[in-house]
Amino acid sequence: MFFLESIWLIPMFPLFGAALMLLVGRRLDRQHPLGPPEDDSHSAHHEPSPGRRLIDIVCPGMVLLSFLFSVGAIWQLQSVPGHSYEVVKWTWLAGLDSGTEAGLRAFTADWGFLLDSLSSVMVLVVSGIGFLIHVYSTGYMAHDGGYYRFFGFMNLFLFFMLVLVLANNYALLFVGWEGVGFCSFGLIGFYFRKQSASNAANKAFIVNRVGDAGFVLGMLATFSILGTLKFSEVGAALAAGGFQLEEAAGPLTLIGVLFFIGAMGKSAQLPLHVWLPDAMEGPTPVSALIHAATMVTAGVYLVARSSAIYTLAPSAMLLVAVVGGVTAIFAASIGLVQYDIKKVLAYSTVSQLGYMFLACGVGAFWVGIFHLYTHAFFKALLFLGSGSVIHAVGGEQDMRKMGALKDKIPVTYKTMLVGALAIAGIPGLAGFFSKDEILWKTFSSHHTLLYGLGLVTAMLTAFYMFRLIYMTFYGDNRVDPATHVHESPRSMTVPLVVLAAGSILAGWIGTPPVFGPVHDALPSLEHWLAASVVVEEAAHHSALLEWGLMALSVALALAAIFLATRMFRTPRYEGEPMSGLLGASLHRLFLRKYWVDEIYGSAFVNFAAKGGGRRLVSFDVGVIDAGVNGAGSLTRMMSNLTKFLDKWVVDGIVNFVGYGVKFASYPVRMFQTGLVQNYALWLLIGLGMVAAYFFFTIT
Amino acid sequence: MSEHILSIIWLTPLVGMIAVMCLPKESKDLIRYVANGFAVLGLLVTIPMIRAFDSSNGDFQLVERHDWIPALGAQYYLGVDGFGYLMILLTVVVGWLSILCSWSSIQERVKEYYAFFLFLQAGMLGVFMVLDVFLFYVFWEIMLVPMYFIIGIWGGGRRLYAAIKFFLYTLAGSVLMLLGILKLYFDHFEQFGHYSFALEDLLRVAAYTGPDTQFWLFWAFFIAFAVKVPMFPFHTWLPDAHTEAPTAGSVILAGILLKMGLYGLVRFAMPLFPKGATDELTVQLVALLSIVGIIYGALVSLMQSDWKRLVAYSSVSHLGFCTLGLIALNPNGIAGGMLQGVNHGLSTPLLFLAVGIVYDQRHTREIADYGGLANRMPVYTVLFAISLFASMGMPGLNGFIGEFTILRGAYEVSIWWAGFAVLGIVLGAAYLLWLFQRVMLGPITNPKNENVKDMNLREIIVMAPLVAGCFWIGLYPKPCFEILEAPTNKLVERLDPGYFSRNAAEPADESVQLSRLLPAETPASE
Repeated sequence: MFFLESIWLIPMFPLFGAALMLLVGRRLDRQHPLGPPEDDSHSAHHEPSPGRRLIDIVCPGMVLLSFLFSVGAIWQLQSVPGHSYEVVKWTWLAGLDSGTEAGLRAFTADWGFLLDSLSSVMVLVVSGIGFLIHVYSTGYMAHDGGYYRFFGFMNLFLFFMLVLVLANNYALLFVGWEGVGFCSFGLIGFYFRKQSASNAANKAFIVNRVGDAGFVLGMLATFSILGTLKFSEVGAALAAGGFQLEEAAGPLTLIGVLFFIGAMGKSAQLPLHVWLPDAMEGPTPVSALIHAATMVTAGVYLVARSSAIYTLAPSAMLLVAVVGGVTAIFAASIGLVQYDIKKVLAYSTVSQLGYMFLACGVGAFWVGIFHLYTHAFFKALLFLGSGSVIHAVGGEQDMRKMGALKDKIPVTYKTMLVGALAIAGIPGLAGFFSKDEILWKTFSSHHTLLYGLGLVTAMLTAFYMFRLIYMTFYGDNRVDPATHVHESPRSMTVPLVVLAAGSILAGWIGTPPVFGPVHDALPSLEHWLAASVVVEEAAHHSALLEWGLMALSVALALAAIFLATRMFRTPRYEGEPMSGLLGASLHRLFLRKYWVDEIYGSAFVNFAAKGGGRRLVSFDVGVIDAGVNGAGSLTRMMSNLTKFLDKWVVDGIVNFVGYGVKFASYPVRMFQTGLVQNYALWLLIGLGMVAAYFFFTIT
Repeated sequence: MSEHILSIIWLTPLVGMIAVMCLPKESKDLIRYVANGFAVLGLLVTIPMIRAFDSSNGDFQLVERHDWIPALGAQYYLGVDGFGYLMILLTVVVGWLSILCSWSSIQERVKEYYAFFLFLQAGMLGVFMVLDVFLFYVFWEIMLVPMYFIIGIWGGGRRLYAAIKFFLYTLAGSVLMLLGILKLYFDHFEQFGHYSFALEDLLRVAAYTGPDTQFWLFWAFFIAFAVKVPMFPFHTWLPDAHTEAPTAGSVILAGILLKMGLYGLVRFAMPLFPKGATDELTVQLVALLSIVGIIYGALVSLMQSDWKRLVAYSSVSHLGFCTLGLIALNPNGIAGGMLQGVNHGLSTPLLFLAVGIVYDQRHTREIADYGGLANRMPVYTVLFAISLFASMGMPGLNGFIGEFTILRGAYEVSIWWAGFAVLGIVLGAAYLLWLFQRVMLGPITNPKNENVKDMNLREIIVMAPLVAGCFWIGLYPKPCFEILEAPTNKLVERLDPGYFSRNAAEPADESVQLSRLLPAETPASE
């Protein structure tokens, strides 16, 4: 069981790579020792230095090692009963005893790693696709400065992401959760000289922190209610606590809602979706790895990981489903009208994540994970493809300035077309199986309205994807004539081809039961995941209905593709076709993203945070400090007053007495002349007066 | 020797001060070497304490006790438990680094500077080890003197205002404490018939005094400590003092002096007056002030244009977490509050050191004067970023451990406490990242920043131990919790007798309650 014992090593490999880049990266990468050059062009061609070659080997190599160890461990996991294996390295959080519903419990969490069927899927997606994107990056980033910084952050990201999916408790999961957020911050702001990039990085981190606040409270609630943060103990705690299906909102609903707030932040669901489109400021491989395939799916993973809790909290589930469904159609509608090729894909990602939550919310957790897994292939493919396009046209991202690239970059075109077909839900490709399973589960669990939203979203998805394909690869050539359009190097195209193959094949491990013998012959993700995720027995519906709905969604997708073909496969791209289709006001609404950014900007950033801050600064200076200074001044006034009193009243009395004595003594002093004759004279006068007195009184 | 471990620890810097004073004031480098030597020596003399300290023991250890003024009952009485032990370790490390970081930034009146600093160090160490209330008050007050001069002589533009404000603010708070001490002292005499200032004697008074007396006495002590912490609304000395103080002064203020407030609460105010500390009004009011402080400090930070002022206000926010934890009055709250005190003592000095490094080159604290420093200072960028993320509670670094434990304690009392406190985490990211963006990122717009130099070796050596500490507590906080566990549990037991037995007995009651509330059958799952 060597590989199972070493699952803790899986995240450590990329950590080693990251540490190496931090310590010696700057020395290895001498081309741009001070970070990216001012002009961020891809034009300069020169041989990579030996230092860069080493980075090219070490960083992707570390991820490859993680992948190989994951494969080995999962191979061995199959023979473990319950498909679950835990390795605890050391105690991390060692809080003290705490009163919980379950009695006094030590508030602890370990550096413990858990490989079970759920995390095995995640770990393969993360390390496998992570490796391909690393390889791709060696080509894509070849002409950028800060090469070592890029790969250091990418490796660090993989470390945290692997910690996230391999953690055996919520607190350690949160380490990964925040860590990937940090790497995302660093990579979105990779071109840190650009104001828009650092703004986007801050926005991503801060919006995520709102979700994290929910996550933290969720952990506290979990510990209070269940007395543990360990995944493997949650089930037992639920049983021991006698928790039942909560008809009304109860403690488990609270946990579910709080965790979902965390998931909303990380997975960019309404109303915390605003950061993801801006995150496209980062280099395209980052968008593919972090903001499409892996990090943003962490929220879905969290919800699936907590499936035992959610299953008992239907209100929380409904919230998840509704937010997911609404986000799916909301983001798809914005994606319809974007011009920036990466923004289309970003909104598409938000929309697809909505699908995953929809699946979880209707109780089909494994389907959510299934879609996460297929989506990782085709969305990473589409992002990398878009990166290849951007690379080819010299950094341009506006699709209005592309067109007719089909024959100039054929590999990119063909692989992207596969990705578009996969996400559109064309039968046989990966997206078809997972998306249709979501729609079917939504329908069969009687969420008809949500099913409607999902169906419309499927249509919109097919439409905007083919709008993207046609605007980019067909029609007239609108590329800046000065640009030398070229196909990307092999380091970039090979990952595209591998991912395209994945986008075709990946779905076949989740074929629906109505496929009969095919379904039985292929491995089933559902059975594999049932060991760690709640899988509900499907309600019985007629196979005919399922086939019929499948046909319906395929027909709608084809119709949408047909419409997109009519509108965008034209010899010339002129005017704004979407405006004609949607009407000017709706077009404007979508184009301006429902004004959410503007509303948040004025309500939260300017009014609440900055305005509140400014008011409190005035309070601090104008009230509290004024009070303190006032007290100080008052004391000084008092001391001046006492000084006055001292001088004129207290001292005055003393002096008055003094002066009085002095004054009174003046006549007396007159006598003190010091002359003996005077004294003799006075003596004589006195004697005379005494004699006179006696003389008159006696007589 | 071994029975004088604590005396040696606090006297070492004092000997250093005398040594520095004997040196001629012209030989600045010699003074620097001697002062730094004594700072390192101060670090080394704690080794016997570390070896002798037994963290499983909740009583005072390494006790030294001699009569001092027998007529008053005042004693020279030293001892440490987990709370004091951690604080002493923090003090010797941060004190050493603050002396080291002054090497080139202090050029005027070097001799007096180092003498004051070593004196300050001795005073702070004394505060964390005395067990005689009278002697505590002496140490507590005497420390104001060197700090007053450090701010007033080597400070920035408004240094006199800041120094006087700092001095009077703290003094005003302490006067109330002095009255409280005297009342307690005479109460003790009435009950036991002899005069004593020894903590263990005074602790026995609580059994004989009523809730009202304890309430007022608690508040008399509390205000003195709240000023030091500082809690909203007693915090306004802090931004001025932090901002005007020289870098090392800010480091010591943030790193150690604020912690004396927390330490005073757990060592004196709470155990001496358990009925006052657990009073419903006290608990609610202190929690309210803490939460207000967390949010208030964060929002005010957000709008600061002065780099050091921003960091200063962030302390108000962070210390709000600490006091919230303490007033939760349960093990995680108290241990988390003290640990967060240590964490803040590592991460906030880092932030001040970071300001100091660029301030020494550019002589401005205005955020707007900077921008794009990351282009010129790669090493600095990494260390500054680590400090920021430690400060904002990134898991894997120390701040998270403290905040999370505190929040656990707060949640145990009320979900609302935790719910409002987490807003501080959100806002913390906002003001710190915005600072980072404005200072470090973007192109260099101000030509004066073109020639800023990256950190030199000495600056890296100053920051490295603190960064290592941030990672250590973030990754493996267990030793800290082991140190805090015994005194924390003892304090909780004193404040809330039966906390442990009551809660331990709960599962049985709980299942009875649940079975009454819920349908009888148990779920089939698992």
